Amino acid sequence: MVNMQLTGAQMVLKAFEDQQVDTIFGYPGGAVLPIYDELAKDKDSNKPIRHFLVRHEQGAAHAAEGYARSSGKVGVLLVTSGPGVTNAVTGLTDAMMDSIPLVCISGQVPTHLIGTDAFQECDAVGITRPCTKHNWLVKDINDLSRILHEAFYVASNGRPGPVLVDIPKDIQFQTGTYIGPDTVKHKSYRPKLKANIDKIDEALQLIVNAEKPIFYTGGGVINSGNAAVQLLREFVRLTGFPITSTLQGLGAFPGDDNQFVGMLGMHGTYEANMAMNKCDLMINIGARFDDRITGKIDEFSPNSKKIHVDIDPSSINKVISVDVGLAGDVAHVLEDAIKLWKSKVYKVNKSSVKDWWKQIDKWRKTDSLHFEEDNDTIKPQYAIQRLYELTKDSDAFITTEVGQHQMWAAQHYKFNKPNRWITSGSLGTMGFGLPAAIGAQVAHPDKLVIDIAGEASILMCMQEMSTALQHKLPVKVFIINNQYMGMVRQWQELLHDKRYSHSYTDALPDFVKLAEAYGAKGIRVEKPKDLDQSIKEMIKYDGPVIFDCVVDQNENVFPMIPSGKAHNEMLLGNETQKEEISDEGKALL
Amino acid sequence: MINQEELKHTVSVLVDNEPGVLARVIGLISGRGYNIDSLTVAEVDAEKHISRITIVAPGSEETVNKMISQLERLVPVKKAVNVTYEKRGIEREMALIKIVSTGEKRVESMRLSEVFRAKVIDTTHDSFVFELNGSPRKIDAFIDLMKPLGLSEVSRTGVVAIARGTEKM
Repeated sequence: MVNMQLTGAQMVLKAFEDQQVDTIFGYPGGAVLPIYDELAKDKDSNKPIRHFLVRHEQGAAHAAEGYARSSGKVGVLLVTSGPGVTNAVTGLTDAMMDSIPLVCISGQVPTHLIGTDAFQECDAVGITRPCTKHNWLVKDINDLSRILHEAFYVASNGRPGPVLVDIPKDIQFQTGTYIGPDTVKHKSYRPKLKANIDKIDEALQLIVNAEKPIFYTGGGVINSGNAAVQLLREFVRLTGFPITSTLQGLGAFPGDDNQFVGMLGMHGTYEANMAMNKCDLMINIGARFDDRITGKIDEFSPNSKKIHVDIDPSSINKVISVDVGLAGDVAHVLEDAIKLWKSKVYKVNKSSVKDWWKQIDKWRKTDSLHFEEDNDTIKPQYAIQRLYELTKDSDAFITTEVGQHQMWAAQHYKFNKPNRWITSGSLGTMGFGLPAAIGAQVAHPDKLVIDIAGEASILMCMQEMSTALQHKLPVKVFIINNQYMGMVRQWQELLHDKRYSHSYTDALPDFVKLAEAYGAKGIRVEKPKDLDQSIKEMIKYDGPVIFDCVVDQNENVFPMIPSGKAHNEMLLGNETQKEEISDEGKALL
Repeated sequence: MINQEELKHTVSVLVDNEPGVLARVIGLISGRGYNIDSLTVAEVDAEKHISRITIVAPGSEETVNKMISQLERLVPVKKAVNVTYEKRGIEREMALIKIVSTGEKRVESMRLSEVFRAKVIDTTHDSFVFELNGSPRKIDAFIDLMKPLGLSEVSRTGVVAIARGTEKM
């Protein structure tokens, strides 16, 4: 088995098999034809690799992300040279920013043509260098299998991320020695999993003495895996402290649990942001003080000690200086922390924490996610709430596009399990949701998968509807349709005196007819009274559905921390906006 | 990114000598908004294919620490250490300095070069090329002195640095 002679193209498939990859997303082209040829031959093997043909390489990358995020496995995509790679760049960048493990295999023009501006040539490793965790151009057939195994190792170990292996066409045809994954060890990359135990104890001392503590958790918990999620839940319950989560961390702690105070950040709940602002101890687990979270840096949680657990040492003290930095994997750190906590019989300051909860409950009464219901027009928040109520028992997977609908989904859909919420957080990629839903559906063929979309975002990768039909993937696209690029319109309203420059979409397609054109089912709802019935119809339909939910055009996402403001300066609704946003604030994103 | 107190820091980076590694290091530094004053690179272990990159970067201690953390994130980077002279490092640089002058100025440049222990490696009736080794400060000082004496052209290697004593990177 070891040291077998294979062609480059055969090596790619053999490496997939050895890395337990049974699913890839891709699009053929001249420079990857040898690999596609092997895929054709592989069809008759006893465990053929499932290849899902997308309609655009961006879709392949997002589908691989959806697959990875929903399953915890590495997502794999196969694209051709030139435009195949450049089209995948948005998805690779998205995966880089949200720490999603992807392996992208790209074809390249033959070695002797590299650098000659050949047909469909581009400098793939040059273009993808800043948007991958690492990348390789394979110049020697005998390096190929080692590089492929290293690629999977680098993508999935440490802080996960996308990698790219660029394989010239002549290398795909050449024969060389294949070595298995067991004999490959990366020569230098060894991310540290365990944190220093004395530092963990230092952190526990802060927890013991805290009077107004809060857990602030992020996508790192989900990336660390199920063990991390269980350990987090145990530790949070052990302490009785309130917990808030970033957008990417939703589902790590049950969204309907009383200890959970909702998402924090720009569109987080009043209680979560106030607690972050007023706490005396912040325990950051697997989050990275992103600018959507911190608001104004100088006024971010001014009176708290801060603990930060992160597998990426460069995240610690990058934006916010912390008192105890624990560089390590969330599951490993929490396991050690809980052991130490129990062995030293540590106790929290119960009476102070009780008073802290009283304060938090007062903030909770603000009911910051409240909106006015309406009998004639569907409020977008109401649509999400009904979708949640009607799907919460079916263990649904929710993806989103980017914009207002994404924030409403994060606010009103409660996630009780990890990996059920798949959204483009850091890069904010419109067009992410549909291909990501396809990837999630591939990973979970029997589960309900819904892309909560906006009518603008969905058009960015609408072509993937065709992929869903071809591969019989019954994804549901739930469009919150207000005919505006809602978040753009909201910012124009608040920051640019309601000059709605190019944020209104005229000439939208008839989404019902569009669904039918693809061979999917189309449903349109305009009245609140019809909503429940139609959502049930969507769920029941065995196949892809585009659901056009026509909503109030003027609704905004609240609460909102305006640009350049601190957590305690949130806007709670339209009527609460009194002061002008400074020029400095306007310049921020 | 740069703080008010603009110190110069010397950072040594050990990397796997593989294609594109220099581009990765430079790309990270420019992409994240750090500046570089000088950069040198050469393979230092031919068997293990390890190269050593020495970067001189302006900025506060905090900025440079962040840059070091970011560098260590790169897969082929084995280690990055601040080896600034003031702390524990020794820094050396070499410069080739061309002086074009005649008469008294020419004589003066020659005399000063002896004070600095610079070597004359090329000469014509109206020019010298000096080779000078030493700390960057010594080279700066020599260049300053040469300015009124017909300084024509300078080529510097950039700084190489190593820690003092038994300490190994």
